[in-house]
Amino acid sequence: MYPTEMEKSIAKLEATRERRLKETFPRLSLDEIESLLERFHPDFWAEGTRQLGVGPNKGDRAPKELADLLEGKSYIDPDQIDLGKIDYDVDVLIIGGGGAGASAALLAQENGASTLLVTKLRLGDANTVGAQAGTQAADRPDDSPAIHYLDTMGGGGFHNIPELVEVLVKDAPLVIRWLESLGVNWDKEPDGSMHELPGGGTSRNRMHAARDYTGLEEMRVLRDEIRNRELNVLEFSPAVELLLDSNGRVAGAILLDLETNELSVVRAKAVILATGGSGRLHYQGFPTTNHYGATGDGLVLAYRVGAKLIFMDTMQYHPTGVAYPQQILGQLVTEKVRTLGAQLVNTEGEQFINPLETRDVVASGIIRECQERQKGVVTSNGQCGVWLDSPMIDIIRGRGTIARELPAMVRQFTRFDIDITRKPILVYPTLHYQNGGIRIDASGATGIPGLFAAGECEGGVHGRNRLIGNSTLDIFVFGRRAGKAAAQWGKGVKPGSLSLEHIHRWQEETARAGLSSRPASPRLLPDYTRHEQTLASLTT
Amino acid sequence: MIDIYIMGRRYQVPEGLTIIQALEYAGYKLIRGVGCRAGFCGACATIYNNKNDPQLRYALACQTVVEPEMYLVQLPFFPAGKAFYDLGKIKPSGEVILNLYPDIVKCLGCNSCTKSCPQDLEVMECMSDALRGDIAAVSIKSFDCVMCGLCAARCPQGLVPYNIALLCRRLYGRYLSLPSKHLQDKIEEIAAGEFDSELEELKNMSEDKLRQRYKERTIEPP
Repeated sequence: MYPTEMEKSIAKLEATRERRLKETFPRLSLDEIESLLERFHPDFWAEGTRQLGVGPNKGDRAPKELADLLEGKSYIDPDQIDLGKIDYDVDVLIIGGGGAGASAALLAQENGASTLLVTKLRLGDANTVGAQAGTQAADRPDDSPAIHYLDTMGGGGFHNIPELVEVLVKDAPLVIRWLESLGVNWDKEPDGSMHELPGGGTSRNRMHAARDYTGLEEMRVLRDEIRNRELNVLEFSPAVELLLDSNGRVAGAILLDLETNELSVVRAKAVILATGGSGRLHYQGFPTTNHYGATGDGLVLAYRVGAKLIFMDTMQYHPTGVAYPQQILGQLVTEKVRTLGAQLVNTEGEQFINPLETRDVVASGIIRECQERQKGVVTSNGQCGVWLDSPMIDIIRGRGTIARELPAMVRQFTRFDIDITRKPILVYPTLHYQNGGIRIDASGATGIPGLFAAGECEGGVHGRNRLIGNSTLDIFVFGRRAGKAAAQWGKGVKPGSLSLEHIHRWQEETARAGLSSRPASPRLLPDYTRHEQTLASLTT
Repeated sequence: MIDIYIMGRRYQVPEGLTIIQALEYAGYKLIRGVGCRAGFCGACATIYNNKNDPQLRYALACQTVVEPEMYLVQLPFFPAGKAFYDLGKIKPSGEVILNLYPDIVKCLGCNSCTKSCPQDLEVMECMSDALRGDIAAVSIKSFDCVMCGLCAARCPQGLVPYNIALLCRRLYGRYLSLPSKHLQDKIEEIAAGEFDSELEELKNMSEDKLRQRYKERTIEPP
């Protein structure tokens, strides 16, 4: 239950609820949006980013925590590695075991390639499983890929790469059917038609959900399919460096066994990076919704072989991270709570932003409410937040809706003695998604021969702000495309001799730039073992 | 500060931490037994009891607050059996379930699986539904399964309820859930190129015009 002080604010919220049920907070104009973002979105906090001093994006800005790793030094001494001893020899190496990596492996296999999927934790330990609200696809009669395109471009601030958005929206319905053919259970109406809800920034109701366990449902099915096809998988084996061949093509990777610390050599005709996001770098000190391994490894590996990154200075702060209780601070409260009708309300019981604006806008609105307007609710730990009025959902859509549509959220809060069918949820923005990443084309190719990327580690699809439901779409669209393209590419490749010469060159380049003291990277895992941690600084 | 026991060793940790946070506070840098840290991935299945109460309890370490005198151990991996199948070549029937998971008939009805489920699912009911071939019932009742493996670890007969339930859900999704006509229609329209010219126009539009088009778009009521 909530402490007394918070209950007082809840009483104000309850007092205005009947009136608010009839109110729709007006949407902002594009000009108002731009001004709100510039003033309150964390991307615009100048101290959060700095210019990169070396590499393909030299001079571009990136979050400081990521910049240190992009400029970092290799874990390995290239002279100590025997590249003549090849431990695994395959057509396509997939690095990453979430939705993108799994899709890529399945499609690479279907297209005739021998595959090896390597992943840092277990197969499926990825941000995919934490995705709750659903997957976008324009498949209803009054919707179209063109409307989905327009929504996606607007959500991304019109910065998205048109060719990538085009294939995202055109492949979307196919992806939904593909997943169903593999056994994914979509929420449906009794006649079999898809049960679809709106999302922030979507002008049509096109969220395909599996309760609020959408990503889990997608991932456990793909994982099972990979096992059924007996594809090669190495768990607890992240890549720490890519290999090139004598022709400058990407030709494999060096793996680190996290449990034995042994290194191994993979030779491959093509490599797909599907390493996901980087929320565990805790940009600007934010908590995160991301899984334990989300440390941006693929960005580092790609950067060292010369791949260009795009939009690295923009991250998505999900508007509704948990602000109370402290034990689950920053964990995701799915946007589906708002798509089902819950409003955002300040400590006076008043709305301050339309809950279905895009995420960057809603997050900025909440930060403004807490910082400038001082109308947030402050917990005993000093955490500010605003109310997400979840009980409205059952009032609007009928009793039992919350239990049916949001079982994960109900369970999450019940574990901490909060009944979200009766009480609102205190929320504050949390680090959620890496909007940018490795620049790709519509086939997932990076421009570096033999290197492909898919999912959250690539960039350009979402511009500067991803819409709800477009990431669990992206991972399948570009995972499938990269899997197919990599398999086809591999058919024409005769690998030359393996080389780590690029690591020597990287070391020289960083030394010349005066960056030799940067940490070793990729980061692989965060370190939360500090004994001096206080309760308030502990990470969920 | 409170005392907790990790694999039998005593540590002092602040009150109010989750089990994961407490392990980290105690100095463990986790590789196994940690994943999404939000209750979805099932990596942090944990078995515990208390110094004065030998009754075993089960939890996800990221979703459970430590209690004084808690004795805990994580389940980093469990060698659970899994049947291999080609979903496209099997039928949604009780017979298929029995063929792929013949051990299901050995269920004693002891309810250990249900008692061990950190999601509070009716696991044993799912197994009796599966035995009867009621695939729809298994799908609905098992839906919130995070596949942490505790049910399989506790089953005295070696059943793997979470994999049996996954088979049922996949059969349901592919064969028993009614197809969506509007999805099929849209896929055909896209394949026929019905949206190509409009998309081409949008792709080549100036940003100003695109902004105008975006502002003018109608928004469907929720």
